[in-house]
Amino acid sequence: MLHSILFYMFAFIMLGAAAGVVFSRNPVHSVMFLVLTFFQSAILWLMVEAEFLAIVLVLVYVGAVMVLFLFVVMMLEVNIEAAKRGLTRYAPFAIGVALLMAVELIQLIWLRGHGGSSAGGFAPTPEGYSNTKALGSVLYTEHVYAFEIAAVILLLAIVAAITLTMRKRPGLKVQNIAAQVAVRAKDRVRIVKMDAEKKQ
Amino acid sequence: MFESALNWVMGVFYSLPEWLQYLTITTWKILFVVIAVILIVAFSTYFERKVIGSMQSRVGPNRVGPLGLGQPFADVIKLLIKEVIVPSQSSKFLFVIAPLLSLTPALAAWAVIPLNDWYVIADINAGLLYVLALTSVGVYGVILAGWATNSKYALLGAMRSAAQIVAYEIAMGFALVGVLMASGSLNLGDIVRAQDGGFSQWFLIPLFPLFIVYWISGVAETNRAPFDVAEGESEIVAGFHVEYSGVAFALFFLAEYANMVLISTLTAIFFLGGWASPFGGWTFLNDISWLSWLTAGGLHWLFLKMCLFMYTFFWFRATFPRYRYDQIMRLGWKVFIPVTIIWIAVEGVMAWFQVGPWSGLGA
Repeated sequence: MLHSILFYMFAFIMLGAAAGVVFSRNPVHSVMFLVLTFFQSAILWLMVEAEFLAIVLVLVYVGAVMVLFLFVVMMLEVNIEAAKRGLTRYAPFAIGVALLMAVELIQLIWLRGHGGSSAGGFAPTPEGYSNTKALGSVLYTEHVYAFEIAAVILLLAIVAAITLTMRKRPGLKVQNIAAQVAVRAKDRVRIVKMDAEKKQ
Repeated sequence: MFESALNWVMGVFYSLPEWLQYLTITTWKILFVVIAVILIVAFSTYFERKVIGSMQSRVGPNRVGPLGLGQPFADVIKLLIKEVIVPSQSSKFLFVIAPLLSLTPALAAWAVIPLNDWYVIADINAGLLYVLALTSVGVYGVILAGWATNSKYALLGAMRSAAQIVAYEIAMGFALVGVLMASGSLNLGDIVRAQDGGFSQWFLIPLFPLFIVYWISGVAETNRAPFDVAEGESEIVAGFHVEYSGVAFALFFLAEYANMVLISTLTAIFFLGGWASPFGGWTFLNDISWLSWLTAGGLHWLFLKMCLFMYTFFWFRATFPRYRYDQIMRLGWKVFIPVTIIWIAVEGVMAWFQVGPWSGLGA
C-alpha cells in the first residue's frame, strides 16, 4: 500500500520532470529538469532494492555527465527562434520515433498481460544480501569479456575525442616549465662593456 | 518529579505504533547530527580566525563574549537580519535555490557516517557509493549560483569550480577504490571495523599515497585555499557568490564549512580508523584503571581526528599561495590519477602476497 503510493508519487514527479525537459524554454532549466528525472528514476530503482544501480545512476549521470552537459549548455548561446524553425522540419521524424516507442511499450504491457514474462513484483531479497557483491561476482566471472570489451571501447572513445580536439594552432604561446627552470642568467642577460659617452 | 515525567514520556512513546516509534527515533537521530554539525561549523569559523590569527601574529576575534567565543553567533545574527538582494536580471528561482542545493548534499551525506559502533542513521551496504554520489551532487549549487546571477564574474567562478570539482572527483573515487579493496566492504561501519586494533591497523600505512591524494582532492573539492580559484577574490572578486547577500550568502558559507567537516570526517573514517582508538591493541593499558578509556573506541576519537584535519585546512590557508588554474588541472589529471591507478595495482600485488590488511585473506 505505502509502497505503491510512493511508487506513483515518484513516477508522477518523474513524468512531470520529463515533460519539463521538453517544454521549458530555457535550456538550463531543461537540464535541471533532466537531473530531477534521473533522481526520480534512481529512487524507483531503490524501491526495487537495486541500490547499487540507483546510486551509480546518481553518481555517473547526475554527478558527472549532467555537470558537463550544464557546462556546455551555459556556454552556448541557444537561439530559440532557430530551434523553433527546426522543430517543424524534424516533426515527422520525431513523430515516427514516438510512435515506435509507444508501440514497443504497448507490446510489453500486452506481453505481461498474457503471462509472457514474470508477472507481479520482485521477490524481496534475503537479509544480508549485497547487491554490489552479486553484481560484481557476475560481472567479473561470467561476463568478464563483455565487460572488458566495453572498457576498451570507452578507452577508444576517450582517445578519439582527445585526438579530434588536439589541433596545433599556429602562434599559440605555451609555457615550457622545464625550459623556464633550466634557464641561467647568461642565457638572458648580456653584459656589455662600454665606455662612458661623456667625459667627466 | 523528573522520574515521573520521564515515565510519562516513555509511556506515550511505547503506546505509539511501531513505525511511528521508528520515525520518532530516526528524527531525533537526524536532529542530533544536524545540530552537532551546525555547531561545529559555527565554531570552526571562530577557530579558523583564531588559528590564522596566531599564525600571522595577530589576536583574532576577542570582543564578543569570553575569548571572543560569541563571535560566530554575532556573525550569524548579522547575516540573518541583512537584506537578500536578488539581481533584477537574474534567474530568480535558480538564484534562490542554488544555496540550498549546495547545502543539502553536505548535510545528507551524514546519514551513512558512523559516529561510533552503533550510532549511524542509515546503516546501508553501499554507504561509500552514497557518499561519493552526494559529494558529486554538491557542485550544482555552485554552477547554478554562477549562472543564475547573470554576471560574468560569477559565471567564470562557476566554470572554474565545475571543471575543478569534476577533475578531482575522479582521483577521489579512485583513492576510495583502494580503501574498499583493503576493507572488502562498502559499508562505512565495516571499513572502520577493518581498521580496529590500534594505529598499526590503519589504512593510512598501506595506502599512504591514496591518503595523500584523497586529502588533497578533498581540499580541492571544497574549493578551499590553495585551490580556491572559484572564489579568487583578487581576479573575479568572489566568484560564484559575488551577488549573494544576507542569509543566501550565509548558506553558501555554511555549505563550504559543512563540506570541510564532512571531508575531514570521511578522511578520518577511511584512513585513520574513524571512531576506533589508536591504542586499541594495547591491552596492557586496560590493567591501569585510569588509562583504560584510551583503548576504548568512541565518538571522542572520531572528533579528535576530525579536528586534526580541520586544523590542517586552516593551516593550508595560512601557509600556501593560491595555485594557478592550469597547474590545478595538471595536478588533478596528470599527477593524482596516475598515482591512484599505480597504487591500486600495487595493492593488487600486496593482496596476492597477503601483506598488510590482506594478511587474513588466505585463512
